[in-house]
Amino acid sequence: MSPVRAIFRRELASYFATPVAYVFIVIFLILSGAFTFYLGGFYERGQADLLPFFNFHPWLYLFLVPAVSMRLWSEERKSGTIELLLTLPVTMWQAVLGKFLAAWAFLAIALALTFPIWLTVNYLGDPDNGVIVAGYLGSVLMAGAFLAIGACLSATTRNQVIAFILTVVVCFLLLLAGFPMVLEFIGAIFPQGVVDAIANLSFLTHFTAIAKGVVDLRDALFFLLVIVFWLTACALVIDLKKAD
Amino acid sequence: MIETRNLVKTYGRIRAVDGVSFRVEPGQVLGFLGPNGAGKSTTMKMIAGFLSPTAGSASVCGFDVRENAIQARRELGYLSEGAPSYGEMSVRGFLDFIADVRGLSGERRRRRLDDAIGRLQLESVLEQGVETLSKGFKRRVGLAQAILHDPRALILDEPTDGLDPNQKHEVRALIQSMAADRTIIISTHILEEVNAVCTRAVIIAAGRVLADSTPAELEARSRYHGAVSVCVVDPSALRMGLSRIEGVALVEVDAGQGRITAFPRAGQRIFERVQEFLRAQQVKASEVQLERGRLDEVFRSITQAARPAKEAA
Repeated sequence: MSPVRAIFRRELASYFATPVAYVFIVIFLILSGAFTFYLGGFYERGQADLLPFFNFHPWLYLFLVPAVSMRLWSEERKSGTIELLLTLPVTMWQAVLGKFLAAWAFLAIALALTFPIWLTVNYLGDPDNGVIVAGYLGSVLMAGAFLAIGACLSATTRNQVIAFILTVVVCFLLLLAGFPMVLEFIGAIFPQGVVDAIANLSFLTHFTAIAKGVVDLRDALFFLLVIVFWLTACALVIDLKKAD
Repeated sequence: MIETRNLVKTYGRIRAVDGVSFRVEPGQVLGFLGPNGAGKSTTMKMIAGFLSPTAGSASVCGFDVRENAIQARRELGYLSEGAPSYGEMSVRGFLDFIADVRGLSGERRRRRLDDAIGRLQLESVLEQGVETLSKGFKRRVGLAQAILHDPRALILDEPTDGLDPNQKHEVRALIQSMAADRTIIISTHILEEVNAVCTRAVIIAAGRVLADSTPAELEARSRYHGAVSVCVVDPSALRMGLSRIEGVALVEVDAGQGRITAFPRAGQRIFERVQEFLRAQQVKASEVQLERGRLDEVFRSITQAARPAKEAA
C-alpha cells in the first residue's frame, strides 16, 4: 500500500474513532438545513433549486472547517507522533497530502449526507440537476481550500484553539474580500485593478460563480491552486518548526 | 551500520550537538550516555531523519539520511523519546498502520506482525486502545513498531525510561536477543543498563563526545577500579593496618555503612594482600569485595570536567 493511502486510511478512521466526527456531521447537517429553510427561505422562494442551500456554505465552512483542520498537525506535534510519522519512510509531501485528503474526504462525506435536500427539491419540483452537481462540486472545492489553510495554520502551533482562531480569521478575510461592501470601500481608495485583484482572491467570488452553475475551469483552478499553495506552505512550516 | 561524521545542530546561538562522530557496526550495541540536555536525543533525531543537521552528515546502512532519506528510514527502526503513538487507535490498528506505511504485505507482513507482537507479548492487549494502556505496554507498543520491519539498524531513545524492574529486564533481554546481527544505539541515563546490554559506550555532554569505549574500559577509569571494600563492625580500627599494606594508596572509611575501602596505587593489585592481612589479623569481615569500578562516578567526573571548559570557551 502506498504511504499516502496508508496515512489517508489511518487518518480518516481516526475521525470516526471518537464521537467528534458524529457530532460534527450532525451539527453540519442541522445548520445547513436551518440556514436553507429559515434564512434562505427555501419554500418561500418557490424555485426548484438549491441556491439558498449553497449560499450559506461559505459561512458554514468558516467555522466548521477550522474545527476539523485545527487538530490536523497541532495534535501530531503535541502528542509527539509527528516524530513517529516523519521518521517512517514517507516524504513530507506524502504525509501532508495523506492527512489533507483524509480531512477533505471527511468533509465530503458530511456534505454528501445532505443528499435528502437534493431529493426534496427533486420531489417538489423539476430542478436543473446539472447546476446542483456544480454547486456540490464548488462546495467541495471551497471546503478543500479552507481546509488547506487550516492545515497550514495548525502546523504553526501545538495549541488547537490557536489553530482554530487563526484559521477562522484568515478564512474570514478571504471571504470578506469578495463582499460588495468591502469591495466598494476598497474601490473608493484604490484603482479598479486593485479591486479586481482582491475580488479575484475571494472565495466568495469563485464559489458563487460555480454555485450558479457556471463551471468555469478558472474558478475550479483557483481553488486547486489555493490548495496547492497552502499545502506547500504547510510542508514548509512543518519542516521549519520540527525542532520546537 | 550507523555512522555520523561531524554532526552539528545549532538552535540560534546554542550548539546542541557540536561535531559528533562515531561509527557503529552490526553486532554492536552502543549505549549513548549523557546528562539531560547533552544532545543525545538531538543526535538520534538527526540520524532518524527527523531533524536535519546544521552541518556534517549521518548514514544508516550506507544511505545518507539526507540524500537517501527514504532508503535510510527503511533500514532503520526508531523509537523516539516517550514512545509516541496514536492514542485513539487499537494496538492492532496501530501496528497495521505501520505495516501499511512500511509497505509490508502478504506472508511477510503476517510473519513480521506475529513476530513483533510475540516478542513484546502484546497478544492480550491487541484490541485495546493505545491510550488506555499502562506506561509499560505503551512502551512495548512503541518497540513493536520499531522492530516491525525487521530493521538492520535500531535507534531506541530511552527504551526503559519509566518501566518497572521486570519490564526493564524484558526490554534488555529483547535488545540482547536482537543484537547479534544488527546495529543498535540506545540512549539511557541508567548506568547499570550500559553494563547489562551495551558492548560500547559513548558519553556525550554539551554536544561533544567525551568518551567512546567499552563499559569495562570506562569502569577501569574509575578510582574504585581494583579497590577493595571490607565490611566490618568497626571499620576505623583497620585504617592504620590497611594503609600500611604495600600498594595501597589511600584508605577511606564509611562509618555509617560499616565499610572501609582501600584504593590501590596505579597498576597495583591489592586484593590478595588485603585478604592476607585480614586473615593474619583475624578480622571477622562480613563482606570483602573487589570493586570493578563505578560507572556513575566515571560518568560524573567525565561530564562535569567538560562543563567549566565549555563555560570558559
